[in-house]
Amino acid sequence: MALVASQLPARVAGRAAVLGSLATLGVAISFVVRFHTGSAGLQFVTDRMWISALGIHYKLGLDGLNVALVLVTAVVFVAATIYAAQREWDRPQVFFFHFALAESGVLGAFCAQDLALFIIFFDLMLIPFFFLSGIWGSGERVRATTKLVVYTLVGSFFMLVGAIATGVEAAGQHGAPLSFAFSSLQALPLSHSSQIWIFACFAIAFLVKMPLVPFHGWLPDGYKAMPIPAVAVFSAILSKVAAYGFLRIVLPLFPYAAVHFQLLMLIIALASILWGTVVALSTPDARLVVAYSSVAQLGFITLGIFSLRAPGGQGALLQMVNHALVTAPLFFIVAALAARSGGSEKLADMGGIAFRAPVLAALALIVTLATLAMPGSSNFVGEFLILLGVFNAKLPIALLASVGVVGAAVYALRLYIRAMHNRVNPDVTSREIDRLDLVPVAGMVLVIVVLAFYPQFGLRRSQPTLDRSLAATHQIQASATRAVAQAP
Amino acid sequence: MTMLLAATHLQAPHIDWASFMPLVIIGTGALIVLLLGLLGNPALRASVVPLVTLLALAAFLVVSITRWHHPASIISGALAIDDLALLLDLIFAVSAIACVLLSLRTRAPRSAGHGEYHSLLLFCVMGMVVLVSAQNLVTLFIGFELLSIPLYILCASEYRREGSLEAGLKYLVIGSVGAATLVYGLALVYGATGSTQFATIASQISSGAGGGGLLGDPLLLTGLALVLVGFAFKASVAPFHQWTPDVYEGAPTPITAFMATATKAAALGVLLRFFDVAAIHVRDTWAPAMATIAAITIVVGNVGALSQSSVKRLLGYSSVAQAGYMLAGVVVGTRLGVEATVLYLAVYLMMNIAAFAVLVGVQGERRDGDDLSGLAGLGRRSPWLAWPLTIAMLALAGIPGTVGFIGKFQLIHALVDGDYTWLAIVLVIGSMISLAYYLRVIAALWMRSATPSPGPGFLADAPGLGGLAPIAGGSPEADALADGDGSGPALPAPPPEVTLVAVVFGGASIVFGIFPSPLFDLASHAGRALGLL
Repeated sequence: MALVASQLPARVAGRAAVLGSLATLGVAISFVVRFHTGSAGLQFVTDRMWISALGIHYKLGLDGLNVALVLVTAVVFVAATIYAAQREWDRPQVFFFHFALAESGVLGAFCAQDLALFIIFFDLMLIPFFFLSGIWGSGERVRATTKLVVYTLVGSFFMLVGAIATGVEAAGQHGAPLSFAFSSLQALPLSHSSQIWIFACFAIAFLVKMPLVPFHGWLPDGYKAMPIPAVAVFSAILSKVAAYGFLRIVLPLFPYAAVHFQLLMLIIALASILWGTVVALSTPDARLVVAYSSVAQLGFITLGIFSLRAPGGQGALLQMVNHALVTAPLFFIVAALAARSGGSEKLADMGGIAFRAPVLAALALIVTLATLAMPGSSNFVGEFLILLGVFNAKLPIALLASVGVVGAAVYALRLYIRAMHNRVNPDVTSREIDRLDLVPVAGMVLVIVVLAFYPQFGLRRSQPTLDRSLAATHQIQASATRAVAQAP
Repeated sequence: MTMLLAATHLQAPHIDWASFMPLVIIGTGALIVLLLGLLGNPALRASVVPLVTLLALAAFLVVSITRWHHPASIISGALAIDDLALLLDLIFAVSAIACVLLSLRTRAPRSAGHGEYHSLLLFCVMGMVVLVSAQNLVTLFIGFELLSIPLYILCASEYRREGSLEAGLKYLVIGSVGAATLVYGLALVYGATGSTQFATIASQISSGAGGGGLLGDPLLLTGLALVLVGFAFKASVAPFHQWTPDVYEGAPTPITAFMATATKAAALGVLLRFFDVAAIHVRDTWAPAMATIAAITIVVGNVGALSQSSVKRLLGYSSVAQAGYMLAGVVVGTRLGVEATVLYLAVYLMMNIAAFAVLVGVQGERRDGDDLSGLAGLGRRSPWLAWPLTIAMLALAGIPGTVGFIGKFQLIHALVDGDYTWLAIVLVIGSMISLAYYLRVIAALWMRSATPSPGPGFLADAPGLGGLAPIAGGSPEADALADGDGSGPALPAPPPEVTLVAVVFGGASIVFGIFPSPLFDLASHAGRALGLL
C-alpha cells in the first residue's frame, strides 16, 4: 500500500508537504475509483508477516468501513497542509515532517487489518501532535499538550493490554497459533468474561480519544493550545479513528460485551451530546464552541454505533465523514475571525465581520448550516439515520438525543450571528478572506456541498461491510431475545 | 624430583580453549591495558590505552559471536557458554565500547589514570561474563565480586569531585551489604541442597530429602530469599534501590551509562539462571514474592522519577522502574518470560546508552548539562543530540515505532500468557506514570528556550520563545567542574564520538523498533539455551 510510503519523503518544506498530501489524495482517489462497491470483503490488501514471533502482520486493506474515511483524511490533510503552508512556521521542515507523519499514522490506523498494527499507528499518530502543539502551539502549550498526550496514551496502554490479551486468549481458548490479524481473531470468538474486561480496555482508549464526556478533561486545554492546522486535523480526523475503532474492532471482536454494555455506552453518548451542547451554548470562546460541538457530534456518532442497528451504523459512518468535513473549515474560519478581531478568539470581541467580508461570511454560513444538520445537507441525512437506528433500539434515549439536534442549531447560529452580524466591535478590523486561505476553506465547502447532493456516496460502499460488522452483535441479541422468550 | 613425577601423572583437566577464549581475551586485554597505562608520554597514553581497550572489546565481541550456537560447558561445568551468556556478553561488550567512547574526553580517565580506568572497566566486563555464565554457586559469587569491586572504584574515579567520591563510597557500602546477603543466602542454599551446581540443586529441590522434594524447606526458602535480596541490590530493585539515584548522579556519566545497562543485564541474567533454572521447581514459593517486589519496584521507580530535576537522577529512578519490568519477566518463569527479559535487556541497552551519550555531550557543552533546565532549547542548538534523546525518551516510555514498545509488548505478552495479568496491568500503570517525566524531558528539549548558561561554551543563539524563567543552575557537579583541572572541555559542539554514539544507539532504537525480527531471533535462542523450561 503506497499510501503510507508516499508520505514519508514529504519533509522538505511546506510546498513539498502540500505536494505530498496532494499525491496522497490522488492515490486515495484512485483507490476509491477502483473500489468494488458491492463486495463486503477487503480490497487492495497488503499482507506481510512482520514480527513472526508474535504473529503480527503488516496487513493493510480497504473495505466499506474505511474507504470513505481514508478519502476524507486525505482531503482534510490537503486542506490543512495548504492552510499551514501559507503561514510562517519556525523550523518549517520539522513542522511539516510532523504533519506528514501524522497523516501517515492516521491513514495507517484506518487501513490496518491487524490489531497490533492498529495500536501502533493509533499511538504513532499522537506523537506528532505532541510536538506540533508543544512547539508551535499557543498559551499554556507545554502543560496542555502533556495533559493531552498523557490522557490519550493512558487509554492506549489499556488498549495495548486488551489487545495482547485478545491475541493470547483467542489463541489459548482455541488452541490456535498466536495471531493479531482481524480476520483470524474474528474466527476465534472469546469467552464472555474475557470479552467484558477487554471491551472495557478498548472503550476507555477510544472514549478518551474521541473524547466523550467523562473522559474529555484534556479537550479544552488541548484544543486551545494547538496551532490551527493541527487542531483542525485533530478534531476532524483523529477523533474519527476512535469511532472507527468501535466499528472495526469492538463490535466484531467483542459482540457479547457490546450488547452487554450497550445501554451504558448509549448513556455516555447521550451525556456527551447534552453536555457538549450546553457548554457550546455557554462558552465565550469561539474555538471552544467548535470543540464542544464536536463532543456533541461524536456523541451522536457513538449513539449510532451502539444502536447496533444497520441504519444507526450507516448514519454514524456518514456522520464521521460529514463532521470531518465540517469541523476543519470551521476551525479555519474561527482563526480567520480571530485574525480580524485583534487576535482574540472570544466571541465578545467579534461582531459585524460579515459587513466587510461577504465571501467569508457566505462560506461560514454554509459550514454553519451543515453543522446544524440543515435538511438538505449530508449531516441531516447522517443524524436522521442515527436517530432512526436509536429509535428502533431505545426510544427514550432517542427522544432525549433529539434535544441535541435542536441545541446544535442554537449554538451554531449563535457562533455565526455573534461573529458575523451583531454590532461591529470597535476592535474588529474586518477584511475579506485572504485569497490563499480561500483555497482550503472554499475547497472544503465545495466538498460539503457535493456530499449534500450525493450522500449515497459513502453509504453504498459501506453497506455490505457494515452489515457484516454488526452481524455478530445481531446474533447475540437474537439469541438473548430467544432466551428471554423461552424463559417463562 | 617427586614434584616432577607427580606432574607427569597428573592429568591436566581438559579446557575447551575455543569456548574459553572470550574470557581469555578480556582478561589479557585488561592486563595489557594496565601495563600500557605506565607509558611515559601522557598524550600517547591517552590515545593508545583507549584504543587497545576498544580492540580488546572488539576481539571479545567477535569471538563471542563466533561461539554462537556452540553451547559448551567449561572448567568442569563451572561455566556455561551458551546462547544466553553470549547474548548478554554482546550487551556487555557493546555497553563497554560505548562507555570507552563516551569517556574519551571526559575527566574521569584522566584523573584516575588511563591504564587503571580502562583496565578496571575490562575486569568489570570479565566479572559480568563469569557471573552470567556461572553454573555453580562459587563461580557465581566470584563473578559477582569481580564485577562489583572495579565498579566501586570506577564510580569514584573522578576523585577530585566530592560527588564522585560519595557515589563510590555509597556504592561500596551498600554493595557490600548486598554481597554479604548474597553469600549468606548462597551458603544456606548449599546447606539445604548439599550441592553448589545449579543442575544438582534443581534436581535436589525436586527429588531431595527422601524423594518428596524440598518444597517447604525453611533453610532453602531463607536462602532463596537472601539470594533474591542480594541480587535486588545489584539490579536496583525496590526496596533495595535507594543507592541508585545517588550513585547514578554522582558517578562519571560514562560509568553511569555502563552501570545502568551492563550491570543491570548481568544482574538480571544471573537472576534468570538462578531462579528460572536452579530454583524453578519451587517457583510457586518464590514467584509471588518476586512478583510483589517487581510491582513495588515499578511503582516506586516511576513515582520517584516524577519529581526529579536532574536528568541523571531521573534516569536512575527510571532504571529502577525498568528493573521492575524486567523482573516481571523473570517471575513468569516460562521460556516466553526469559525471552521477554532478554529482549528487554537488549532494548534497554539501546535506549539508555543513547540517553546517557546525549548527557555526556551536553555536559561537555554546559556545566549544568545534568539539570533538566540545561537541556532547554537543545533541539535548536544541536539537533543531533536532541533527536537521539527524544527517541530514547519515547522508547523508554514505550511508544510504538521504537524498541521500547517491542520490549514492553513482549513482556506483557509473557505476563498475560503466564497468568500474571495483574502484573501486566501494574506494568502498564507504571508506564502511564512514566509518561509524565519522559515527556517532561522532551518538552524541555523542544519546547522551552535555553536559559542563560552559568558555564562557558554556551551559544546564545536561541531566540526567546517565552519559555520558563531561568532555574538557577549550579549543581555541586558544576562547581567541581569549574575548579577541577580546568579541562571540562568547554566545546561549543559536542565531540564527534559522543554524537556518533548517541545517533547510532538512537537510530538503532528506531530501526529495531520497526524491524524487530533479529532481536526476537536472538532472544528466542537465548531463551532456548536455558533448556529446562
